[in-house]
Amino acid sequence: MELSGGHIVVQCLKDEGVEFIFGYPGGSVLHIYDAIFHQDDVKHILVRHEQGATHSADAYARATGKPGVVLVTSGPGATNAVTGIATAYMDSIPMVILSGQVPSPVIGSDAFQEVDTVGITRPCVKHNFLVKDVHDIAETIKKAFYLATTGRPGPVLVDIPKDITDPNIKVPYKYPKKVNMRSYNPVVVGHKGQIKRAVEVLLSAQRPMIYSGGGVILGEGHKELTELTQMLGYPITNTLMGLGAYPATDKQFVGMLGMHGTYEANMAMHESDVILAVGARFDDRVTGKLAEFCPYAKIIHIDVDPSSISKTVRVDIPIVGEVKPVLEQMIDLVKESKLKPSKPALEAWWQLIESWRSVNCLDYDRGSLFIKPQFVIEQLYEVTRGDAYVTSDVGQHQMYAAQYYKFDKPRRWINSGGLGTMGFGLPAAIGVKLAFPDADVACVTGEASIQMCIQELSTALQYHTPVKIINLNNRYMGMVRQWQEFSYQSRYSQSYMDTIPEFVKLAEAYGHVGIRVEKPADVRPALQEAFAMKDRTVFLDFITDRTENVYPMIEAGKAHHDMKLRLAPGTPLDRELS
Amino acid sequence: MRHIISILIENEAGALSRVAGLFSARGYNIESLTVAPTEDASLSRMTLVTRGNDEIIEQITKQLNKLVDVVKLIDLADAPHIERELMLVKIKTNAETREEVKRMVDIFRGKIIDVTPASYVVEMTGQPSKLDAFIHGFEEDSIIEVVRSGPTGISRGEKGLHL
Repeated sequence: MELSGGHIVVQCLKDEGVEFIFGYPGGSVLHIYDAIFHQDDVKHILVRHEQGATHSADAYARATGKPGVVLVTSGPGATNAVTGIATAYMDSIPMVILSGQVPSPVIGSDAFQEVDTVGITRPCVKHNFLVKDVHDIAETIKKAFYLATTGRPGPVLVDIPKDITDPNIKVPYKYPKKVNMRSYNPVVVGHKGQIKRAVEVLLSAQRPMIYSGGGVILGEGHKELTELTQMLGYPITNTLMGLGAYPATDKQFVGMLGMHGTYEANMAMHESDVILAVGARFDDRVTGKLAEFCPYAKIIHIDVDPSSISKTVRVDIPIVGEVKPVLEQMIDLVKESKLKPSKPALEAWWQLIESWRSVNCLDYDRGSLFIKPQFVIEQLYEVTRGDAYVTSDVGQHQMYAAQYYKFDKPRRWINSGGLGTMGFGLPAAIGVKLAFPDADVACVTGEASIQMCIQELSTALQYHTPVKIINLNNRYMGMVRQWQEFSYQSRYSQSYMDTIPEFVKLAEAYGHVGIRVEKPADVRPALQEAFAMKDRTVFLDFITDRTENVYPMIEAGKAHHDMKLRLAPGTPLDRELS
Repeated sequence: MRHIISILIENEAGALSRVAGLFSARGYNIESLTVAPTEDASLSRMTLVTRGNDEIIEQITKQLNKLVDVVKLIDLADAPHIERELMLVKIKTNAETREEVKRMVDIFRGKIIDVTPASYVVEMTGQPSKLDAFIHGFEEDSIIEVVRSGPTGISRGEKGLHL
């Protein structure tokens, strides 16, 4: 079969089984867009800004496990995509980005819409390519998908100069079934001896703790993680990226850990003597002060990426491999082992954990006259029966969603954990809804974040992706305001906007439904009404308590056992200022 | 501690900037970097001299290995090895100093490869410390120009870094 470069690009995507491309046309990709016009197999989703394309594709990947695909033009198309590429990179999300480039003969001449895309994206992709010959397109795209989805996943960019997709130059096309790269051989199976050692240490623990991250979700190891945890009877905590890998409603789950983790999770980490870290990377928001991180613990670390091991925290037993096969091996070894977890030690350990749990660190003022953001998330959880896909932006609302929506399944909690990208939530919700049209999809956001990609409301109408936007509107950049309250004597420098749009009208202008909610009593009925409108995108604008803070909190530079807890209601910090 | 990391990398456009970019992005220091194709035209060999404690060097080698274009690498400092650097030096001369400069070059087993009435160009290879010693043997104002390749190295014994 002889095809032009533009048609080869689209045919490759078809052969790769791609369902959606999220993109935006422009000069350098016109040949590819013409090829898209000639077929219906790969559906193109026209976004309103390239950042939206990357977030939608990214969230599609997070929700389905399949790689997300993006198509943008050269120059500004590519630079607009960079934030979304970096977002995917930080959270190890498989994504393939195809970018147009100016024609090969003019590369380097500062041509119209020329930018060194390969150079700009190099630090925030797993790998990138510049295609120099039409004959190389198919193999390069195959490599891109292979790299994006294997080992530690990540975004891979393929930059394609316009002359390479010239409709007049046709070459034989064959999509390679597989590719081999001598320089890339990710480790799959962990070292047997290390796994054996790890199991011995795990079984002889007095105060064990399982700490799992996004790697368990990416590596599809949630069933094995749950089985191993329940077999052992050990407490488990998840990172922000790992929520849903272990059912949050199970009694062995002690909540999220880290800066806004629960008191019991952080205290248990601090006091534990053996930590099993699975697919987690000891991020600074998780560890707090490194010098005082888990001072009594032997640490076992399973990760597919060797460079994650002992990067910030020295590990005692490293295991490089994919989490699923390694956990499977561990389960077998635990079953075979004569060594059993010490019952008295475990009982004493759980008693201690229950005493921390009884602090009830996530409690808040339920009698407030104002809508508490935590209350909205609790109601969202109940109205959606805990079964929605929840995307979020970045800030206080993100932490409330992570703390109060109890995720029992993996791939339901979709947020920008590593890069912390405001603007992620709405395009992400659209990507998820396209993948799962029948599921409830909620975008938990705030009035600052939502405005960073609000134009995607238009995309939501065009492709009929009826998501529910849960806007926790506190008239502040809440997390910035919170830090300014704690660390800058409440000097709220630039964390407030006095011209917030009327979101109800804005939603209506985009062809959607807008509902403003001002009283606690109206929260649940409004949510019920919104989720009952199955075929409409609904923008719920909750006017929340503007002074509410996220608790508990480990302030920057402090250790796990040094948490700031919420003061009792009525103390000055908790008073309503508005 | 000083480490000499020897890298086999795909001979592709941009491979060098991936390595250089990694070092600047992660705040590692590069003392010197040399790169050229090998006997296999599809591969380049890179020799990179860096400094850091064991943890940093461990991270550097892991991060380098993570680059998709990097095929293999070794830290030469881990085992007996040979290290050489090439230097070209342009030295001011005149009728009075010519003999003395020539003697110095002979002592250091260098070669004079260009001569004008007012200058010599000297070629010299050796351990970086030997090249330093040669330079220090001259008054500062008699040196017109120094060009050094940065060290390159190879392990001792029959084993080698290849595919």
